[in-house]
Amino acid sequence: MAAANKIAVMRSELGRVRALGAGRAGTAHWWAQRVTAVALVPLTIWFVIDALRLAGLPRSVVAHWASHPINAALLAALVLATFHHAQLGLRVVVEDYVHGERTRMALVLLIQGAAAILCLISLIAIVRLATVV
Amino acid sequence: MTDSRDALMLGRASDGRLVRRPLSPHLQVYRPQITSILSILHRATGIVLSAGTLLMVWWLVAAARGEAAYATVSGFLRSPVGLLLLFGWTATLWYHFCSGLRHLAWDAGWGFTLPVVHRSGWTVVIAAAVLTVLTWIVAVIVI
Repeated sequence: MAAANKIAVMRSELGRVRALGAGRAGTAHWWAQRVTAVALVPLTIWFVIDALRLAGLPRSVVAHWASHPINAALLAALVLATFHHAQLGLRVVVEDYVHGERTRMALVLLIQGAAAILCLISLIAIVRLATVV
Repeated sequence: MTDSRDALMLGRASDGRLVRRPLSPHLQVYRPQITSILSILHRATGIVLSAGTLLMVWWLVAAARGEAAYATVSGFLRSPVGLLLLFGWTATLWYHFCSGLRHLAWDAGWGFTLPVVHRSGWTVVIAAAVLTVLTWIVAVIVI
């Protein structure tokens, strides 16, 4: 308990209220990485099982599967969680190993842009696939 | 400098001056251990899976576009290259999945003692291998 108190004292009251650490970025990134990780546990199991069930079947079956609102919603959730999680993780890798400030910023923006575009493409494809039948 | 221990004592002060002081071991002289290897693998599989999302996007877009596009992606995924990519993708996915669960357990404050760290590490490796083989046994039966 004494150790826990000591750690708490090392941060300013204002810093604690704003949830800001030494990096001034708070815990939002770390927390979002965990939240998406937890979400991806059931979503991944669901997707692998259904992908196996759809493997080798014609497109009409896939479209029928995706037309079910629950499947379309879970697919959209999977895509959103996947690209958010991937983008957060890749950003940390870049920040760890790329030391030039300009290159680092350019790479982070590139990663975030690519993740956002791929995510939007996937979501629009899901909506279109779900309304084929 | 006579041996690697000496090499590890060569550092730089903030003004660029060379100083003799202990440094963290560099990767080249660090004996590979289950802890470090699995940690590196978690990152590596994360990067590979990010690239692997392209396969998922292609599949979704092709399915949305029509019969011809879907036939193309199906044909590619059943080709030797496609199957190899899919196998790599499932193995990578299950490793990152199991290793991720281990990280979440650590986040919850569980499993920090060395014997548990070693045991959970090997559990992750074995579980990922079993899940990959299981996925492909089901895939072979289904297709």
